[in-house]
Amino acid sequence: MTGENFFFHALVFLAAAVISVPIAKRLGLGSILGYLIAGVIIGPFGIKLIGDEGQDIMHFAEFGVIMMLFLVGLELQPSLLWRLRGPILGMGGLQVCASTAIISLIAVAFGVPFQSAVAVGMILSLSSTAIVLQTMKEKGLMGTDGGQRSFSVLLFQDIAVIPMLAFLPVLAIGAGGLDPAISSTDHAPEKGALWVEGLPDWLHAIVIFGAIAAIIIAGRFIIGHIFSFIAKTRLREVFTAAALLLIIGIAMLMSKIGLSPALGTFLAGVVLANSDYRHELESDIEPFKGLLLGLFFISVGASINFNLISEMPDIIAMIIFGLIFIKFIILLGVGRVFKMSTDQNMLFAFALAQGSEFAFVLFTFAVRNQVLPVDTANLLIAAVALSMVLTPLLMLINEKLIQPSVGVKERDAGEADAIDEKNPVIISGFGSFGSIIGRLLRANGVGVTVLEIDSDKVDLLRKLGLKVFYGDASRYDLLHSAGADKAKLIILAMDDHEKMLGMVHTIKKHFPHLSILARASDRTEAYELLDAGVNNVYRETLDTSLRVGIDALRALGFRAYQAHRASKTFRYHDEKSVFELSHLRHDKKGYITNARQKIEDLEQLLLSELKGEEEHLDAGWDTTSMREEASKVK
Amino acid sequence: MESNKYENHILIIFAHPALQKSRVNKVLLGAVRDIESVTVHDIYEFYPDFHINVAKEQKLLKDSDIIIFQYPLFWYNVPALLKEWQDLVLTHKWAYGKGGIALRGKKLFCAITTGARESLYSKDGFNRFTIQEFLHPVSQLARVCGMHFLPPFVVHGTHSLTEPEIISHSEDYRKLVIALRDNKFDLEAARKFKRLNEHMDKVIIR
Ligand SMILES: Cc1cc2nc3c(=O)[nH]c(=O)nc-3n(C[C@H](O)[C@H](O)[C@H](O)COP(=O)(O)O)c2cc1C
Repeated sequence: MTGENFFFHALVFLAAAVISVPIAKRLGLGSILGYLIAGVIIGPFGIKLIGDEGQDIMHFAEFGVIMMLFLVGLELQPSLLWRLRGPILGMGGLQVCASTAIISLIAVAFGVPFQSAVAVGMILSLSSTAIVLQTMKEKGLMGTDGGQRSFSVLLFQDIAVIPMLAFLPVLAIGAGGLDPAISSTDHAPEKGALWVEGLPDWLHAIVIFGAIAAIIIAGRFIIGHIFSFIAKTRLREVFTAAALLLIIGIAMLMSKIGLSPALGTFLAGVVLANSDYRHELESDIEPFKGLLLGLFFISVGASINFNLISEMPDIIAMIIFGLIFIKFIILLGVGRVFKMSTDQNMLFAFALAQGSEFAFVLFTFAVRNQVLPVDTANLLIAAVALSMVLTPLLMLINEKLIQPSVGVKERDAGEADAIDEKNPVIISGFGSFGSIIGRLLRANGVGVTVLEIDSDKVDLLRKLGLKVFYGDASRYDLLHSAGADKAKLIILAMDDHEKMLGMVHTIKKHFPHLSILARASDRTEAYELLDAGVNNVYRETLDTSLRVGIDALRALGFRAYQAHRASKTFRYHDEKSVFELSHLRHDKKGYITNARQKIEDLEQLLLSELKGEEEHLDAGWDTTSMREEASKVK
Repeated sequence: MESNKYENHILIIFAHPALQKSRVNKVLLGAVRDIESVTVHDIYEFYPDFHINVAKEQKLLKDSDIIIFQYPLFWYNVPALLKEWQDLVLTHKWAYGKGGIALRGKKLFCAITTGARESLYSKDGFNRFTIQEFLHPVSQLARVCGMHFLPPFVVHGTHSLTEPEIISHSEDYRKLVIALRDNKFDLEAARKFKRLNEHMDKVIIR
């Protein structure tokens, strides 16, 4: 690619994204559909700004998927992953096995040779991690039951790709025999580039376990030190470079030993989820991931072979419909078996009913290993690509048409009588935090309207007679129908801080009369809320910690009232310092890591406490000077 | 009540917002803390957040015959929490008003400490009023609730008290409380004095 050529491509891709994505979002279609459509338009079957290189670009852009999994891992504490092991193995396993079996059988029924049919079944059982996770994130559905289980199944599928790659060559029809390079990957390096090539299986296994152990150990004990060393240089771009280096390095390593790079980086993400540098890594990688994923979706759009489609539209349509329909039914069944509620099950089934980006690689690989004829593969690749394009539409159908009738409704028709409409308080997020506030207000006769994203909870709350609106609370229309223009206060009690900042923005813009009371998990979040213009910020652990402090003082023999007042004084100081430091923070030059920032803040705090202002506040009870004076009079 | 074997059950409502700084009340309290049939109720310790459990307080009152408000005199008044306690616990129709007979016939007095010497509490003194006059609100409260209000137990001039003097006051306090519990106290005689501890030997019956 010459320089000029590169700039031309960059120009085309960026312009396509910048024009189509905002339009798609405006139309309520979501960014992914925007990217896909942009790809179709600029592709060889649209206005031909890019030609066959779409495929190459797609390979490059798949790196975005790797980054996405790294970021997903970063947000996933190891303990949470452990808790998800049931859904991952159980639901994921059932879904992949059932889909493979049923799709294979259908293929056989249509006269496809058995081996090929199994290959097709396996490959089509996979769903698109990129599209599903990105769409769910955008709609704020990751935290819901349907979101979590979709994620679990996708994770299982990503793992399943590896044995599939090993298994496909075995299915070779002709006399192709076994290819030694069986353990290729989704980002198959050039043939023969595997380090483990020719190793006996047991040694290969050892290498794989060794590599995984190395990632875990390095993530736990070494990478943190390296990042802190780099952070000290205070060169932001070097930190970014290091973050990219980490991901690319792991991706390379994984490819070289025949594992999925996406899984490797996911693992690294999980290991680093508890580290001090989590936030920095997140904010550094996020834009790259966003751009690359966009590029990826564009190239998927551009690589759809419309010639093929126009040649046999009926067959392709049938395949797409059959694919989505069969997967949908199987997913519904799996959800049933695992006792999902109807509406979450719908979300789950609609979300995962498409083919996977891995299918492109796997089909090509299958052709190379003489498992499938080229024509069939091309047909299926086109179908998978189109099924991916259809996913955002399917989710939209689910959201607009299915959800309102199956389960939880955004607006609670039954409850919406005149009095309820005038609820003075809106609480967004009715988890453990919000529910306490809600109960207190209700106990005192204050009407409360609740916004909640978890549909299972919504059902329950509605049964208990609360007025609940379901959906993404940062959306203007949801706030509007929840009565934000008539309410007096809005309490932001959800634990999704980013969403909260988005809400603050929407509220400040459209409902400036509302007083905002916002929850923050720690000082950093409090600073961000203050910066966003929220004055009433409540750090969730402050009061509890102080109460523990009071009881500790009492256990040591302090008077209850003294301990009580000491904690009030402390709290007053602490709140004040949050305000003060939030301004100071803006003056700081250079790049200070989160962890260092926290330590510096703490230092400031401890220093200010040593001044002993506490004494002054209780000075009224001090009789020392009275006694001195009395002794002089005597 | 387990106090059946004694004539009276005594409840001391104790209020000091900063007992950790106290010299006198700390010792007074220590002297009565372990007397049988005497309940010391340290309200600042129970309700540091001023959130008084009214039902519990009323039960304590009901179960006692003699009630003592013990506190340091702060700005000629009871400490803030004791005022809050009075407002919330002595409810209409329970302590006074129609059907409000829960406290009727019980005895009430104040055990107080003052920084100023006794001589300053007189018409011509620095404080212009006597301690009895400063106690009018409590005495009237007792009357409305149908209680007998007794003269106070007062430790004056705390600012210049020595340790032995404080201990001697605390011994008086202890003797007084025990005598009251056992009905060994000549109330009629005591009413003639300004304070219960003016002439201890004249009012305690042997
Ligand atoms: C806030 C405050 C107000 C006080 N007001 C008075 C007062 O009005 N009259 C007085 O004689 N002494 C007054 N004093 C002195 C206290 O009564 C005296 O320090 C206390 O009774 C000593 O008891 P203790 O050692 O248990 O604290 C006051 C002391 C404080 C701290």
